Amino acid sequence: MKTIEQTTDEILNLAATHFKYPRADLQPGDDFYKKLGIDSLQALELLTRLENHFGVELPDYEVQGVSDFHTLATRIQARL
Amino acid sequence: MDEFKGKTLSWRIEGGAVELALDRPPANEIGLAMLEDLERFVSSLPALESKASALILYSKQKAGFSAGADLRELYEQAQKMDAPSAAKGVRAFLERIHAALNRLDASPLTTIAAVHGVCFGGGFELALVCDLIVADKMARFCFPELRLGLIPGFGGIPRLKRDAGNAVVRDLLLTGRSINATKALSAGLVSQVAAEGEALRLSRATAAQAAKFDRATAAAAKRFIKPLPAEELRREIDIFCELFTRPAVMEGLRKFVENAGPHPYLP
Repeated sequence: MKTIEQTTDEILNLAATHFKYPRADLQPGDDFYKKLGIDSLQALELLTRLENHFGVELPDYEVQGVSDFHTLATRIQARL
Repeated sequence: MDEFKGKTLSWRIEGGAVELALDRPPANEIGLAMLEDLERFVSSLPALESKASALILYSKQKAGFSAGADLRELYEQAQKMDAPSAAKGVRAFLERIHAALNRLDASPLTTIAAVHGVCFGGGFELALVCDLIVADKMARFCFPELRLGLIPGFGGIPRLKRDAGNAVVRDLLLTGRSINATKALSAGLVSQVAAEGEALRLSRATAAQAAKFDRATAAAAKRFIKPLPAEELRREIDIFCELFTRPAVMEGLRKFVENAGPHPYLP
């Protein structure tokens, strides 16, 4: 079982790679919409990449209103 | 016409398959312009069907296969007229798109949707017309219509019911959630999952395999295993039109159209 820190770190790595953003500049509490400058279609790309990486289903209504990496990690953690 | 380039799509015959490429920025929203191009394609189908054994639908837009109906156009058109006229206009549009999609559905060609990115609403309905869906692993499927107070109107429900079990049909429709390619594969909606960027190549390989068989036999098999759910398709148009004139629908469309934030495609 991954720890929440591990899950968060993997999310940050995936987001940095997918959106070509410097990993060192991403923090768990960051608002990913603002920090990465992404729209809802790009957020869906991130959601799909996370599902594929972690092997979980993450219904979009579960991430409704979620905009920071740490909270996103808790949602994924609940399904691991 | 073996080759054509319209405002929103193009087609050509390549390696024994007709390739229909959707290409309307930003995400192949299906409005009047795409409907007209689809109708042009359908009118060319008899000639194309005599020269090919498969049809591949794909998108040239990076965002995905199609984000669905052009809701901005729908809202703007509806705002220009009173409710009865708007309902009449929507019914006329639906009748035309059903005629085009039903013709594609029943084509004797083996039809394949090569899907990447978003495949939402009307885009999903267009993909469901095809015999096979080959999905990029980053593809995402969704019927978001209930968020707007509507049901899918391009034949999505009858075709979804034709292909999938109750659990996934009700989940997709009643929650409006999106699912990825792996989930769609396990639900029986997708035939193959491709690596990123490989859906079109796999679709071409699948089309080449389909071309090995006698066309008359393949067409007979298709007619047998994939009947058109004609009665339910008619009923879907009626229900959509009954729902469309409610104030809640116009309000939902207004919110979507005026949403300048980053969330319009999330529930």
